[in-house]
Amino acid sequence: MSDIIVAVGLVKKFGDVVALDGLDLRVPEGTVYGLLGPNGAGKTTCVRILTTLLKPDAGAATVAGFDVVKRPNAVRRVIGLTGQYAAVDEYLSGRENLRMFGDLYHLAPGYVKERSQELLERFDLADAADRSLRTYSGGMRRRLDLAASLIAKPRILFLDEPTTGLDPRSRIGLWEVIKDLVADGTTVLLTTQYLDEADQLAEDIVVIDHGRVIAHGTSDALKDQVGGDRLEVIVDGREAVVTAVEALRPLATGEVLAEVADHRVVAPVSGGSTVLVDAIRALDAAGVRVEDVALRRPTLDDVFLSLTGHAAEEES
Amino acid sequence: MSTPTVPMRRRPIIGWGLHDGLVVARRNLIQTIRVPELLFFSIVQPVIFVLLFAFVFGGAIPIPGADPSAAPDASIYRQYLMPGIFGQTVAFASAASTVGLAEDMHRGIIDRFRSLPMASGGVLLGRTFADATRQILVLTVLSITGLLIGWRINNGIVDAIYAYLLLLLFAYTVSWVGSWIGLYMPNPETAQTAGLVWLFPLTFLSNAFVPITAMPTWLQPIAQWNPISSLVLATRELFGNPTGTIGEAWPQQHPFAYTIISCVVLIAIFAPLAVRRYRRATAR
Repeated sequence: MSDIIVAVGLVKKFGDVVALDGLDLRVPEGTVYGLLGPNGAGKTTCVRILTTLLKPDAGAATVAGFDVVKRPNAVRRVIGLTGQYAAVDEYLSGRENLRMFGDLYHLAPGYVKERSQELLERFDLADAADRSLRTYSGGMRRRLDLAASLIAKPRILFLDEPTTGLDPRSRIGLWEVIKDLVADGTTVLLTTQYLDEADQLAEDIVVIDHGRVIAHGTSDALKDQVGGDRLEVIVDGREAVVTAVEALRPLATGEVLAEVADHRVVAPVSGGSTVLVDAIRALDAAGVRVEDVALRRPTLDDVFLSLTGHAAEEES
Repeated sequence: MSTPTVPMRRRPIIGWGLHDGLVVARRNLIQTIRVPELLFFSIVQPVIFVLLFAFVFGGAIPIPGADPSAAPDASIYRQYLMPGIFGQTVAFASAASTVGLAEDMHRGIIDRFRSLPMASGGVLLGRTFADATRQILVLTVLSITGLLIGWRINNGIVDAIYAYLLLLLFAYTVSWVGSWIGLYMPNPETAQTAGLVWLFPLTFLSNAFVPITAMPTWLQPIAQWNPISSLVLATRELFGNPTGTIGEAWPQQHPFAYTIISCVVLIAIFAPLAVRRYRRATAR
């Protein structure tokens, strides 16, 4: 499959602040591509350059084969953008908003009408279609925002932190919608600082920090990069923690961590479920009473921490 | 994957720029209707100005050149005042453009407009057009207020229509200036102040409320060349209201022509500046 978004060596400075420091990106057509990074990593700047809102200081990018600096209008015809804020008109109704954006895409009026109705129904907004947006909830606004960016059936959809500030139920609702879109063949470039979101939606993930790509791969590949699984054991008392650490050390592939206050011991392991059996035997032999034991995959939080040295959601 | 094809609109006769401008203007006018409070206060403010000037200053400001035996002074001042209020009101229309665009930027809707394949002047064309159109309603309410306190249209309906059209042209012109300012504003709150601050000296350094002859000599040339003065003077002449002493400067001698030239020149300067700025504007 061909790459529908290609960025090479993008640089953007705002005064002394370097937002992008030679960013490279290749997004294959028809995939969900996750751009992951903490606040200030350069995610939004990257999206703004690719959607023709900002010009890069150096480097080049093409979207659907069109250069974003030289052919901005050609790019605009094939993209949809949903930003961090619900960029819809507060005073218009849902339907009026969609009509306005459809008209500004220069779509045929009859088609705008049809497509608006289709989108309003699909996004569960049909009942509220003719009410002013001032009566909409945050989740409804985001859904309308997404609907507005889909009115012209864009080949490429840019979602810049689409669920920031939404309650968990609305977030999951929006995820479902995004999954449907990809099933239709739309390419999605998603930026997020929520690791579970990238995990849920994106096949390919690029981790950026300080305007540069620091890791790239599938969610699983990134987790493997951190190394294997995590064995988590809860023991029945503080004294048992030390014994458990000693008992698990021969099985671990790295340092065994003890969280004494929680009676918790975490060991990086490899070898899947057989290691679980070995661990229980070893603990039993050492006379440790186990209250709970689990084998889990590292989360993207573990990935992020090991790559950048700081957690994803803390301000950088 | 095949590229989905969507039916496109045929290029309208008026061109895409004007088409996009009208789409955005419709949006801005719908906003006006949906927020009646804003419309209400934008009308109440000039009405309060009329009442304050007419009843507080009315007797204290003599109008040179008016026949003192014709009627009591206060009534002549009201005839003199109304075109001044009209001029001030349409000049203040620019503040709405400043605030409106600052709000659109703040909410990120300008980002979305800029990501659409629309004409780059469309948003500004729509904004200025809607803000000038709104002045039709404001001028109507003001005119009725004027009629109630003794202002009259004395030169017939044709001249009066010219006067109103000149006022609307001026409103449209200053909306471009206001738009340009609005695109530099970091937030709507700053826009609220910045949109108004230059308008006070502009409107008060004119013949809108007091005759230019009553000002210090060094200020008089500034007031005589101020486009607001020529707008107000032309409006007074077209409505057949007292004009006070007309100055020697060319704009005072040819107020109608000077007003139109000023509008054309100001639009020729500020429309390209605003469009240029718009292409770079982005939410922050």
